[in-house]
Amino acid sequence: MTEPVLQVRGVSKSFGALTANEDVSLDLRPGEIHALIGPNGAGKSTLIAAISGALTPDAGTVHLAGRDLTGLDMAARARAGLGRTFQISALAMEMSVLQNATLGALGGQAFRLFRPVMRDAGLRQVAQSALARVGLQGHARTRTADLSHGQRRQLEVAIALTLAPRAFLMDEPMAGLGLEGTARMTGLLDALRVEAPILLVEHDMDAVFRLADRISVLVYGRIIATGTPAEIRQNPDVRRAYLGEEASP
Amino acid sequence: MRRETLLNAAILAGFLALPLWAWMADEPFIITLTTRAAILALAGVGLNLALGLGGLVSLGHAAFFGIGGYAMGVLAFHAQTYTPLTEAPFLIEGTKSMPVIWLVALITSALAALVIGALSLRTSGVYFIMITLAFGQMFYFFMISWPAYGGEDGMSIYLRNGFPGLNTLDPIQFYALCFVLLAGALWLVSRIQHSAFGLALAAARQSPMRVTSVGIRPRSLHLLAFTLSGAITGLAGALFADLNRFVSPTMFSWQTSGEIMVFVILGGVGRLLGPVLGAAIFIAMEHWLDGVSDYWHIYLGAILLGMVLFARGGLIGLIAGREVAHD
Amino acid sequence: MTLLLLIEQCLNGLQMGVALFLMAAGLTLIFGVMGVINLAHGSLFMVGAFAAAGVAAATGSYTLALIAALAASAVAGVLMEVLVIRRLYARDHLDQVLATFALILIFSEGTRFLFGSFPLYIDTPALLSGPITLPGGIDYPRYRLFIIAMGLAIAGGLFWFIARTRIGIQIRAGEVDREMIAALGVDISKLYTAVFALGAALAGLAGALIGAIQSVEVGMGEPVLILAFVVIVIGGIGSIKGAFIGALLVGLTDTLGRVLLPQVFGLVMDASSATTVGASLASMAIYILMAGILVFRPSGLFGRAT
Repeated sequence: MTEPVLQVRGVSKSFGALTANEDVSLDLRPGEIHALIGPNGAGKSTLIAAISGALTPDAGTVHLAGRDLTGLDMAARARAGLGRTFQISALAMEMSVLQNATLGALGGQAFRLFRPVMRDAGLRQVAQSALARVGLQGHARTRTADLSHGQRRQLEVAIALTLAPRAFLMDEPMAGLGLEGTARMTGLLDALRVEAPILLVEHDMDAVFRLADRISVLVYGRIIATGTPAEIRQNPDVRRAYLGEEASP
Repeated sequence: MRRETLLNAAILAGFLALPLWAWMADEPFIITLTTRAAILALAGVGLNLALGLGGLVSLGHAAFFGIGGYAMGVLAFHAQTYTPLTEAPFLIEGTKSMPVIWLVALITSALAALVIGALSLRTSGVYFIMITLAFGQMFYFFMISWPAYGGEDGMSIYLRNGFPGLNTLDPIQFYALCFVLLAGALWLVSRIQHSAFGLALAAARQSPMRVTSVGIRPRSLHLLAFTLSGAITGLAGALFADLNRFVSPTMFSWQTSGEIMVFVILGGVGRLLGPVLGAAIFIAMEHWLDGVSDYWHIYLGAILLGMVLFARGGLIGLIAGREVAHD
Repeated sequence: MTLLLLIEQCLNGLQMGVALFLMAAGLTLIFGVMGVINLAHGSLFMVGAFAAAGVAAATGSYTLALIAALAASAVAGVLMEVLVIRRLYARDHLDQVLATFALILIFSEGTRFLFGSFPLYIDTPALLSGPITLPGGIDYPRYRLFIIAMGLAIAGGLFWFIARTRIGIQIRAGEVDREMIAALGVDISKLYTAVFALGAALAGLAGALIGAIQSVEVGMGEPVLILAFVVIVIGGIGSIKGAFIGALLVGLTDTLGRVLLPQVFGLVMDASSATTVGASLASMAIYILMAGILVFRPSGLFGRAT
């Protein structure tokens, strides 16, 4: 078996009496989409925050490509190659689409004070090709606030791409997208997995079962099952806890 | 050409034409007035870097303005009294040389901004406003209670400091110096605005999360912006002291911070020449309204209030329209 | 340094602290409930002081002067809220700073226009003037003791008001979740005006109380306002308890710093430079206190983590 790119080991996090994550372990192998599903309040957001560095877990480690990320903050994890997208778009709305993408292309090196950044051919090339990859090449000069909701989600993915990440961490990229948008995003993610594996948190079950190579199910802060979509469909625990018994095979 | 570019050119042309006319018409008072506007504009250009680009609402920039002023005051005081600043561990003499004074003003105010910034940036939002205001007040009270340099009364410097090859006592020559420094600061800020740092700083203002997720720490950006901002305002303080040949704790007062902020907002926050236009209008109003009424601050207050409530974006925003996303 | 002198200075610190609390409580309520930073809160302090001075001079009654201060500052506060502040709730802090800075200019110049530039004085009533001998043989000004008593009584009343009354509960709900109180069917706009009037009245009362121990003049409010900001930063925004503890800390640090620091430096240097260095450092003491607390608790002693 190939070495996993992202390894989460034994992550636990409690808020007072509430246990949000309990001994969660999962890994992300090269070339795969690994979906994380679970009912609301199962602890998905906490787990994402622990992986991305937004909060410090009580226990557990996170490794990316063999490197221990555990003590690092969000910015350092991004530089180490963790490309993430947000559930609610976090974009510089007053800037152009190309400027947003260029920001990612900086690769965390922001302390250059004199050279005009938008005339840097190297950066522009990285930014443009990421935009082309998600289908936004025609909108480079558009003000980000003027993009449609679906286009903003695509831009999120494009910015993550400019980081040339080793792994993607995507928080509900389909949220709020219509049928057409979901179809486009599904196609995009499908093609993206060869670039870097994707840890995908998503509520849209059709998309999850169509895209994912493996699925982990998080219930009450614990992973109750990990397996291929077919295995997860058949798993009695999952059916009881999450899919509901009445969901016929 | 964009309308804002034209407007910017017109503002700078005005800052060249007015004193030139005054020089030919032998109106030294107008030159001094324009010099005052240029220096205060420079202080505003400094604040605009933190406020406009960084979104850091600092109400304590009087601290840096005052430190710049006292850098000049202290050095010139020791030079004119022929006493060294200190003798141990090594001898430091006063000086009447503007370039040296400017350098000292830049460095000391940058250091102060670094320390105040490092403390204040641990917080954000309304805490940041209150804390910067409080630190400004700290310097004010310190200067009042420290008697070595005049305490509450401040101190006078008898002769304006010198610049190699120029007669700084001639108003137009001193103005030329101030204008060159203002233009230099504007050039620097415009370079920063279009640099990688400027891009990241503007993005951090709009979405800190976005910047973090591409591997950049917003607080580091903010600290650098605040430090540069303080340094530029400090330089303006040194020039202001030289213009008046006088420094006093008033330079540190919260009103000074408020006025510098008013220049920036009157002209247009985040607009390159916003503080320049704002300072010019402020000085013109101060000059004309003061003649009309003893209570001209009421009119100033009413105008400001009207601007905030009804004309956001400042004068440049009114004339040139919304800022365009340029690439 | 005698023990008696130390006790006297502690009382002075307490007196400064309760006066600061009256200012800081209003500010922190207004920020906590409405999310507005109000620089013109110092103007309300000044309005209270001038109203008290005017009424005291006209009627000779100190009680009437205090009532006038409360009424005038509450009315000024309501006007301020209805005409200006109300339009700023949805705006960013920068707009709030600028608009309330403009209000300071208008209030200060308006007051100068009405009362002139000369300072006014409020006479303390006969009942409260002169010293009183406390247990232990300390002679302490009755009036300052009155300020302390008033301040503590009002602090107690405010805690009760916030904890027990209907409006108090609405205020606390509003600090947690602005939409929630709307959902509870509370008329938000009336609640906001009421909170603002309350904060204004407290500031005006502080102005009237302090106005009798210093001169009443234009610009007297802003130094107190900035000290109140320091109090809030130390105590944590939105917390009345934090404002109280912060105010006492600031009052005691400032007062004791001015007395003790020159003496401390007197141990290691000659008297005149000890006075100089001690006084200069004492003027910075509360800001150093603030910086120190910021390093360890960026959102204040009782503030919610941001």
